[in-house]
Amino acid sequence: MDRAWQFDLRSAEAGAQVLVLSGRWCMDEGLPEADAVASRLAANARSLGFDTTALADWDSSLLNFLRNLLRICAARGIAASTAGLPKGAQRLLAMAMAVPEKTLLGRNNGPRGIVAQVGAATLEFFRGVPAMLAFLGEITQAFGRLLTGRARFRARDLWIEIEEVGPRALPIVSVISFLVGLILAYLGADQLKLVGAQIFIADLVAIGMVREVGALMTGIIIAGRTGAAFAAQLGTMQVNEEIDAFKTLGIAPIDFLVVPRILALMLMVPLLTLYSGFIGMLAGLLVSVTIFDIGVFEYYTETLRALTATHFFVGLSKGSVYGAMIAYAGCLRGMQCGRSAEAVGRAATSAVVTGILLITIAASVMTIVYYQLDI
Amino acid sequence: MNGAPHIEVRDLAIGYGDFVVQRGVDFAVGQGDIFVIMGGNGCGKTTLMRALVGLQPPLAGTVRYGGKDFWGAETEDRQRLQRRLGILFQGSALWSSLTLAENVALPIAEYTSLSKPQIDEIVAFKLALVGLAGFEEFYPSELSGGMKKRAGLARAMALDPEILVIDEPSSGLDPLTARHLDELIVELRDSLGTTVVVVTHDLASILAIGDNSVYLDADTHTMISTGNPQEALRNGDPKVRQFLKRGDAA
Repeated sequence: MDRAWQFDLRSAEAGAQVLVLSGRWCMDEGLPEADAVASRLAANARSLGFDTTALADWDSSLLNFLRNLLRICAARGIAASTAGLPKGAQRLLAMAMAVPEKTLLGRNNGPRGIVAQVGAATLEFFRGVPAMLAFLGEITQAFGRLLTGRARFRARDLWIEIEEVGPRALPIVSVISFLVGLILAYLGADQLKLVGAQIFIADLVAIGMVREVGALMTGIIIAGRTGAAFAAQLGTMQVNEEIDAFKTLGIAPIDFLVVPRILALMLMVPLLTLYSGFIGMLAGLLVSVTIFDIGVFEYYTETLRALTATHFFVGLSKGSVYGAMIAYAGCLRGMQCGRSAEAVGRAATSAVVTGILLITIAASVMTIVYYQLDI
Repeated sequence: MNGAPHIEVRDLAIGYGDFVVQRGVDFAVGQGDIFVIMGGNGCGKTTLMRALVGLQPPLAGTVRYGGKDFWGAETEDRQRLQRRLGILFQGSALWSSLTLAENVALPIAEYTSLSKPQIDEIVAFKLALVGLAGFEEFYPSELSGGMKKRAGLARAMALDPEILVIDEPSSGLDPLTARHLDELIVELRDSLGTTVVVVTHDLASILAIGDNSVYLDADTHTMISTGNPQEALRNGDPKVRQFLKRGDAA
């Protein structure tokens, strides 16, 4: 094993100094700072040479040390000669020093204060709003073209999306709805037991699932499943310039890519909502019959009594609105996607976040409106 | 066709927001010419191409096709002019959810009233032109890079455009495949009289097919009018000669 690094400053004549380097100058040795060496240079030093005859081994950490040292020398007006360094080190140093470091490239990536970050995020948010509205306007125009028969619309695209969004989502919607129905039944049983009215579990589960929870759960599942997929698909098309190819042909990408997706979700989410309600009620029945000793027939008639057409209307309307919101968020983020793999990931994430946010806002607004209208 | 040059670019400035990538871009392309826009990385070649085809408005200046102002026109008129262009993107930009035949057929179905069998015939012919007969039912992901480029060319040629705009034809292709693509471009120009604008930094390609050219300088953000590339290689601007010689002293 070679000795660890060592250096020694020698003065050959007045003002001319030689730095003698010996031993191992490698990364794992914990090399000295250039400043520490520079501070030991004589105050009247005019030139600096190197003697590396006893240098055993070196790597790029030596170069880094030397580069810093040479900079300090340049700043202090000391003429440094690299002639005494190993040949390879001389060449690498020359390469590293050849192109002056560019400063002021307009990049300021340093850490920012929390106030600046909050400010930037707020500005970013408000800058996003006009883009969201513009996209909504474009979609409205596209639907106008569709209704007046001037849209370029391929039915096959709609069917592909419907298949992807609807039937393929059934397993996950089933599982979640069943468990949520089960939770609702337990929750209700506990409270209704206090007044001895456990049969009303049926009402709670039926109305809860059909009116509210079925649509909400389906919405959240589809936002995570399909909203993200939409954003990723359109984002990848953006990266591949496929969207540009549409534009240069004078074909509105919205007509071709966004309208079928929105239609598919507006049609399929209400149907999934109905299905979700049905599965939830099955779970409620199962719990009531096995745990709380309510008869199957009793539960069935109570459910029929509780459910009116209005509840179905409310559930379906919510499902449809949520579907539109999810598709809107997914397509928006996909079309806004940048031109890198990372941007596609961000678009997918953002689609889910935006989708769930929009669903929740819509759910609150609709619940209040329906309550006020006594529906 | 009136006497105006096929493509006329006057004093164009391109860039993003405050950042001007190129200013004073000025050239004219005659009918049937193969015009090369060359320059190093980051010089604004692709940005210029996007301004030429209507994807990104220039900061200043005019682009005219057959004497008609492109960016000054109403959206619908601009789309009509756009239809005279066929564009081959750098990554081919084939629609990934459609087969090759559907990719080529889509523009035709959009802008003509031909019947399905008629369109199918045209599509088969276009694919045969680029040497992809029999690949109608393949999806873009099932093709090699060279095949994708050729399929992209078939789609760009779908509406028999007067002008073909090609972004980096040889990027990602091996030298032989790149050369075949060059030959195909020249062949199409010779037989159809199509005007071709090629954006590239591929020297072999520039020297082999260019009739006329401009060089975009990344350092000064201005262009150098270079004329015929072979001529420019012999006695053009020193900077351009250096570029065309891969940095050997001009």
